[in-house]
Amino acid sequence: MIEWINSIIQGVLTGGLYALFAAGLAIIFGVMRLVNIAHGDLIVLAAFVAMVVIETTGVDPFVSMVAVLPFMFFFGYVLQRGILNYTLGDDLLPPLLVTFGISIVIQNLLLEIFSADSQRLKAGPIEVSSVQLVEGIELGILPLVVFVIAVVLIAGLQIGFSRTRLGRAFRATSDDPSTARLMGINQKHVFGLAMAVSLVLVAIAGIFIGIRTNFDPALGPTRLLFAFEAVIIGGLGSMWGTLAGGVILGVAQNIGAKIDPGWQFLAGHIAFLVILVLRPNGLFPRTRDD
Amino acid sequence: MSLLEIRNLDAFYGDFQALFGFDFDLDAHETVAAIGANGAGKTTLLRAITGMVEATSDVLSYRGDSIQFREAAEIVALGVAMVPEGRRLFPSLSVEENLIIGSYSGRPGSWSLERVYELFPALRNRRSVPGTALSGGEQQMTAIGRALMSNPDLILFDELSLGLAPVVVREIYEVLPVIKAEGTAMVVVEQDINRALEVADRVYCLQEGRLALTGAPGDLTRDRIAAAYFGT
Repeated sequence: MIEWINSIIQGVLTGGLYALFAAGLAIIFGVMRLVNIAHGDLIVLAAFVAMVVIETTGVDPFVSMVAVLPFMFFFGYVLQRGILNYTLGDDLLPPLLVTFGISIVIQNLLLEIFSADSQRLKAGPIEVSSVQLVEGIELGILPLVVFVIAVVLIAGLQIGFSRTRLGRAFRATSDDPSTARLMGINQKHVFGLAMAVSLVLVAIAGIFIGIRTNFDPALGPTRLLFAFEAVIIGGLGSMWGTLAGGVILGVAQNIGAKIDPGWQFLAGHIAFLVILVLRPNGLFPRTRDD
Repeated sequence: MSLLEIRNLDAFYGDFQALFGFDFDLDAHETVAAIGANGAGKTTLLRAITGMVEATSDVLSYRGDSIQFREAAEIVALGVAMVPEGRRLFPSLSVEENLIIGSYSGRPGSWSLERVYELFPALRNRRSVPGTALSGGEQQMTAIGRALMSNPDLILFDELSLGLAPVVVREIYEVLPVIKAEGTAMVVVEQDINRALEVADRVYCLQEGRLALTGAPGDLTRDRIAAAYFGT
């Protein structure tokens, strides 16, 4: 019994990382209805940027965020203003195709520069340290830190969305882009900021994935899949739903792995499909400011 | 110098031309009504002023500066606000947030949340509910309040009375003199001719995208207005 409880708890903690993957995707879809196929590759890109910063300066992966987060913020803004804004319109296909293209470009650039070798960000003892909750249940410090950061970030985003000028602009633009323009909201700038915020979350997720697991240029599409599943389980455009989606996915994967190690990812996909059938709009579809 | 000057305005929705060589002038503090049947081009005129529709012209200037090809957000920042047809409140924003978002451009002026609530006391108790949960009249009040929050020098009202009960329409129209007293110019697009004539200093009557008649309400007979309106 205790082993099953342990699997669920470990799944919840894994869900924190999945929620980090998904939060950026949820923002982008929520604000501008853009499905970013390159999201997973941007996570991997952030991990490689962190690796370069760490190798160049010798700092800790956590300290590298001081450089990586602003870089990804700027990169996101320029990417949106320079390319993606031109793809947005009534037709959903152009942004899908362009972000798919960006995905391919990122993968191949990373492959060209860093080779297909697996990489890892070394964070020291925190990678393996844990605390014992009860006999048979140990919590890894790093997964716990990731989960707490995911909760804090999602709470911060939710507060930011509901109580700040930019958050109101995001929601107004999401509701009705043309009327938002009549409020004096510069839609292109707001979309740029949304992508910038999204890529800050991507950067945090990328650094944590680099610490927790090996990564290589081809890892992006599977991270994208997890992010999609978490967003859709939670309900498109809902931040707390995204956390719930990540947790459900993580728990399903861990229970699957407990039954049979080969079932880990399959169990997550099955949980996703079941929820999609039962609640096509996700568990918490489009919240206001809860 | 006119507050708003338009010469030879053509406006398009794709291949469809909605306005043909339209001329329009508006002085500061003036109220102008734009009347006409459905499809006459009234809404298109407002959308052209706010940069929301493809348009070309010889002159499209606000306070002497060209606003042709400018982004809507820039035009709003210059002091032009719009109350769109159907109110178009943001469903995910509360009433108060809908009002606050109106001040996004940050223009200084006398209008504030408190003054909007004084103008429309009914909104104060409904401030926390979603804008779309309000009655039609309350939604229109919110839409007007939202426009005022940008401290505009010019407000464009599109179909102010559409879909509202007569008693609500009267309430809404009673507010216009208060706004005018602040020195705000207004363009009122309206199908209710009598209402429009009551508040307007001048009237423009549009017919199939062209100017059919213009003048001060006192100078125009009902027969001339009816002829211009219906094209008889």
